Amino acid sequence: MTTTDPYATTRDTTEGKVFTVTGQDWDSVVAGLGEEPEERVVVNMGPQHPSTHGVLRLILELDGETVTEARCGIGYLHTGIEKNMEFRSWTQGVTFCTRMDYLSPFYNEAAYCLAVERLLGIEDQIPEKANLMRVLLMELNRISSHLVCIATGGMEIGALTVMTIGFREREMTLDLFELITGLRMNHAFIRPGGVAQDLPPGALDKIREYITWMNKHLPEYAELCNANPIFKARLENVGYLDLAGCMALGISGPPLRATGYGHDLRKTQPYCGYETYDFDVPVWDTADSYGRFRIRLQEMHESLKIVEQCADRLAKLEGEPVMVADKKIGWPSQLAVGTDGMGNSLDHIKHIMGESMEALIHHFKLVTEGFRVPAGQAYVAIESPRGELGCHLVSDGGTKPYRAHFRDPSFANLQAMPIMCEGGQVADVIVAVASLDPVMGGVDR
Amino acid sequence: MSDTQPENLPATSAAGDAQTPAAEVVDQRQGMFGVRGTGDTSGFGGLRRQVALPGGTPKPYGSWYDGATDRLEGLVGDGAIEKVVVDRNELTLHIARERLVEVAKHLRDDEGLRFEFCSGVSGVHYPNETGRELHAVYHLLSMTHNRRIRVEVSCPDADPHIPSIVSIYPANDWHERETWDFFGIIFDGHPALTRIQMPDDWPGHPQRKDYPLGGIDVEYKGAVIPPPDTRRSYN
Amino acid sequence: MGVEEQLPAGVLLTTIEGLSGYMRKASLWPATFGLACCAIEMMTTGAPRYDAARFGMEVFRASPRQADLMIVAGRVSQKMAPVVRQIYDQMANPKWVLAMGVCASSGGMFNNYAIVQGVDHVVPVDMYLPGCPPRPEMLLDAFLKLHDDIQHGKLGAHKKALQTEREEAALTAAPTIEMKGLLR
Repeated sequence: MTTTDPYATTRDTTEGKVFTVTGQDWDSVVAGLGEEPEERVVVNMGPQHPSTHGVLRLILELDGETVTEARCGIGYLHTGIEKNMEFRSWTQGVTFCTRMDYLSPFYNEAAYCLAVERLLGIEDQIPEKANLMRVLLMELNRISSHLVCIATGGMEIGALTVMTIGFREREMTLDLFELITGLRMNHAFIRPGGVAQDLPPGALDKIREYITWMNKHLPEYAELCNANPIFKARLENVGYLDLAGCMALGISGPPLRATGYGHDLRKTQPYCGYETYDFDVPVWDTADSYGRFRIRLQEMHESLKIVEQCADRLAKLEGEPVMVADKKIGWPSQLAVGTDGMGNSLDHIKHIMGESMEALIHHFKLVTEGFRVPAGQAYVAIESPRGELGCHLVSDGGTKPYRAHFRDPSFANLQAMPIMCEGGQVADVIVAVASLDPVMGGVDR
Repeated sequence: MSDTQPENLPATSAAGDAQTPAAEVVDQRQGMFGVRGTGDTSGFGGLRRQVALPGGTPKPYGSWYDGATDRLEGLVGDGAIEKVVVDRNELTLHIARERLVEVAKHLRDDEGLRFEFCSGVSGVHYPNETGRELHAVYHLLSMTHNRRIRVEVSCPDADPHIPSIVSIYPANDWHERETWDFFGIIFDGHPALTRIQMPDDWPGHPQRKDYPLGGIDVEYKGAVIPPPDTRRSYN
Repeated sequence: MGVEEQLPAGVLLTTIEGLSGYMRKASLWPATFGLACCAIEMMTTGAPRYDAARFGMEVFRASPRQADLMIVAGRVSQKMAPVVRQIYDQMANPKWVLAMGVCASSGGMFNNYAIVQGVDHVVPVDMYLPGCPPRPEMLLDAFLKLHDDIQHGKLGAHKKALQTEREEAALTAAPTIEMKGLLR
């Protein structure tokens, strides 16, 4: 019996006795509780926990197995990204904001770039191919993000096979990302004015292979989970939040659509040409975790439809520009890995060094100073896999954002955790939080 | 072009005329690279730039904005709406802080307005706009009418209080806590205004302009790169 | 500690070191300490394609008491630093720390008020793995290098001698910024 462990002592606080339980010392806990049997037990599911979906601290007041009060402690991943962006140019800001909600990096980038483009006033000058690539990458990201949600959600309730197959499919998506953008995660690919690079040769074939593969394998999740009695027993009627609750708490995304209200910004306030695609918005009406799960599954299928339409359209746009034509804004060069392993674009170097002084000046100014954005503010919201992701940008006419604020859907949605969990069991807390799908990078920024 | 002409504004002029909004000057920038005094031999030190945000737009505002603002004015009367700015296809209402709760209630409840969804509060700190240093910016979405509006409230540094609208939009709970945490704006009437992102005993409000970025020097062999907020940078 | 720590230096100790090093490295159990983006890459390393189970490491223990390796995957904020330390202290010896990603190694791209500039400010680190985030193959490479380290780890008297030697060297070593003339 160890009593010298500095973390396993009891101490008295203004709220009563606090026990830190580390095992083999239940006798002391029970003895301590015996004095005041009516006192409540407050349990801390601390920031380090396999099932809290990241560094989320859940403070639960328990009465047996029932949760009587639940609170969230966040901020354990606060990175100061918003303040950091105030000291970097507009293009460099993309690399920062992409790491906020790290499971859907393209959405962060897209919201930010759309806001910058609105401030610049070039919203209608973005080339069609750039918009197509943005939609393609965003929808692929939606698939990979939902896969992680389903995989980790399954792992948290103990269904480890869902995790292994989820990550297997996600790898195929990440392969595509690597082919198109060069990185598996945190790409910084969508830039103000367009996208950074054109599609590499062979990308369209790979995309079609991917679509075939996913059409074959996505139904596996439905077969494994949808009618599974244990899965349904754990997810049905858990984390119930009806439409009134959602509207009061500003919930968006799958939790809102699970209540029966099909609000999707891609349909109501389309951006990047979403109004030209043919896809449905899945809606469920049970307002519980099972509904959210079914919605996410169906959204993956819809995203696959959009990806297919993008691939068809991209096939016709070989050689089109992917950056805005204005040379004072558009990122200058298209890098490729050369024979020496360094990233270079020999054509571009020939052009700026040999042919056009202006191009050299533009390249230099763009890379060192960046472009200047007229003063004002803009707010652009897009539909990320978790809900409404908004970017509020204030410009002071300079080369750096004066203020960048991101309205992250996970941050807003996580406020619903107490209302969903109080009165339920401890195990249901896990399921409810997993069904909200909070990504702590977005919550804490 | 005189030195005091505000630059980088899409189709506006400082004086303002019937078509365009008068710009609101919030700051003055001097020089180019942040170098001051005799160290600057480039001549860029003589540059003066005014930071001018788009000012109040005169009526008519265009599209649905007129209907909405008229309706709101009818409900709250005079003195609530300080300024209306229509810029880049977005409507911004600058509201006096004492009337914020009333305005928010009407924005949410009136059938013609019906802004049910509050996206949150964003704080902005303008240290040189004396008397109105701290701004709280609320973005509202009307799902019924499918439109967005921005409500901006300012308060001075000396008295950083803004009434809380959590009673009307409970969604704002954590957002107001975050704005308090990062800017020091005290939301009166908030159920539990405590720090949310920073540790509970953190001093200062990090996203204010007078709070340093807090980075450390990056040390190489014999050389040092200072953190971004202390480097020279374009003004 | 165990009996292997009490053995006198010599051939027996060297053999035991080899054996115990092999045992320790072959089934190193990581503690789930994923923080941010690197955590996702850590999860994919445990996932089917980049199977970490091949190296004996798929058993991610939730309880630090049962874990050997703390992979600090992601940015450590000021609020999280005491928690990192507490988890580290709760781990039983022998334990190792792998700082995964640039944020854990040195603060990464976030040189600001909110991020601890390198988790080695908080816990002693045995292996630094740069990358933002590092590819799963890079993480596996870090695992293998760490396994190598563990295989050649010393016990008992040898370990004390090694530690004394390292400490002497560190006390007299020049800090990076004093090593002038090397910047090219």
